[in-house]
Amino acid sequence: MTQKRMTCILCPNGCDLDVAYHGEPSGQTLFVQGNLCPKGERYALEELLHPKRTLTTSILVRGGAQPQTSVKTAAAIPRETLHRARDALRAIAIDAPVEIGDIVARDIAATGVDVVVTRRVRRTDGVR
Amino acid sequence: MSRRAREIDVVVIGGGPAGLAAAASAAAAGANVVLVDRNPQLGGILNQCIHDGFGLHAFGELLTGPEFAARSIESALQAGVEMHSDTLVAELTPKRELICTSTGTRYGLRASSVVLAMGCRERTRGMLRIPGERPAGVYTAGTAQWLTNMANVRVGRRILVLGSGDIGLIMARRLTWEGADVVGVVELLPYASGLPRNITQCLEDYDIPLHLSHSVLCIHGRDRLEGVTVCRFDEQRRPIPGTAFDVACDTLLLSVGLIPENEISRRAGVKLDRTTSGAYVDDRYMTNVPGIFSCGNVLHIHDLADWAAEEGSRAGRSAAAHALGRAAAVDLEQVRVEPGAGIRYVVPQTAARAARDLLLSFRVTEPDDHRTAEVLADGRVLAAQSLRHAHPATMVQMPIQCAGGFDAARLEVRLL
Repeated sequence: MTQKRMTCILCPNGCDLDVAYHGEPSGQTLFVQGNLCPKGERYALEELLHPKRTLTTSILVRGGAQPQTSVKTAAAIPRETLHRARDALRAIAIDAPVEIGDIVARDIAATGVDVVVTRRVRRTDGVR
Repeated sequence: MSRRAREIDVVVIGGGPAGLAAAASAAAAGANVVLVDRNPQLGGILNQCIHDGFGLHAFGELLTGPEFAARSIESALQAGVEMHSDTLVAELTPKRELICTSTGTRYGLRASSVVLAMGCRERTRGMLRIPGERPAGVYTAGTAQWLTNMANVRVGRRILVLGSGDIGLIMARRLTWEGADVVGVVELLPYASGLPRNITQCLEDYDIPLHLSHSVLCIHGRDRLEGVTVCRFDEQRRPIPGTAFDVACDTLLLSVGLIPENEISRRAGVKLDRTTSGAYVDDRYMTNVPGIFSCGNVLHIHDLADWAAEEGSRAGRSAAAHALGRAAAVDLEQVRVEPGAGIRYVVPQTAARAARDLLLSFRVTEPDDHRTAEVLADGRVLAAQSLRHAHPATMVQMPIQCAGGFDAARLEVRLL
């Protein structure tokens, strides 16, 4: 029996999970306590097998009222790909105006996940 | 005050999560509402909080700060709120007369209700009195966040964070992603003051060490920061001799606490609570000055924007009711709501005896597991909530419904 403690990061409740499993962790062998909602169980299994995180960062904007906008991966991506994704985004600059939800990169770091804008930036001349 | 002052039902000061929610709910209740914010962009600090974790309570989905801001602005506009951005409230009188200034203009407003939602600011190095020269490279975590996320300025290469508040933890991860070397977080207390999930996803993910019961003794460098001396502290917060060590770094981020920004409130005669540094309010979020309400971080420091917004909604509804004459004609008899054993503060500090729907927000004094928070009305248990992990860093909220009002001379929250 393997036992672990982890903190669920899916929401600000930050549930402390007591996780136990026999042999290899799987949906059948995993036993989770301390979660306030069912997402905690899915999180625990994913965290043991293949941790994922959402990347939130900035990219450059040309001709905008601000020099950059914020972006996020549209879904969580494997933790080990975070730095590669960040580096790929460093090379990207987009033209103002940008709107929330605009896609700035597809299949970032071969994760199958797109990167989208999270903050509107108008053009210097005020045009949306 | 000039005779030309415009008459408004509700004026909200501050356009962050609390102010936007207050304005939207006041407008939805039928009041005409003006929201005044000193920044060119509404949304307050949310705009620079580009990480996610916002919105689960308020919007039912996980959002980044700027997305939360955009949704909140949209709701306020939809409700018919008139927005005055880039505008500073220079004066607020106890009679709810405001003088507003913006580029090239200055105008008066006369409000039936005012909602204070100015938020907070960060404690600075000056307030900590850390000895040393005054080199470049010492920032509050929020300033570093603004420089990184809004101004595209690189703050440093080798970074130490003093204090384990959430903004410091978020910035430790952010600057790691930006290619900086974050050498550690030092915290004076024997426990972290940020949310547990941020310890996991911001520090443990990147093997950034957290030094509890440690603090910075002095800083080195003349033009640019070169390093700091760190030392272990005992439980009385005295440095322990022989435990000092030097850390080389070109940047020190301070994440050591937030202070409600109440200068305008004070001048309007609003009484402040010494523990929260925010106003004393009743269960409608009204301060001691009739018609002036307070909510969000200017009232007491919140952990979550969602809860600041929830408080704003409640304050906005009360402000509209007051402005439109829907509030009880006579002042409802107010009784004290007091922090008992193990509780640092409770907001609101008073409640109407006949209140039927109360939301109590409070913090415990010490971290501990498996405790129960109890609300007593003249000694009789009105409500109880078990706390698996009671922690000063985690605000507790208890909604209380009493069909006929709780009808007691005193309420107390205590920890068992």
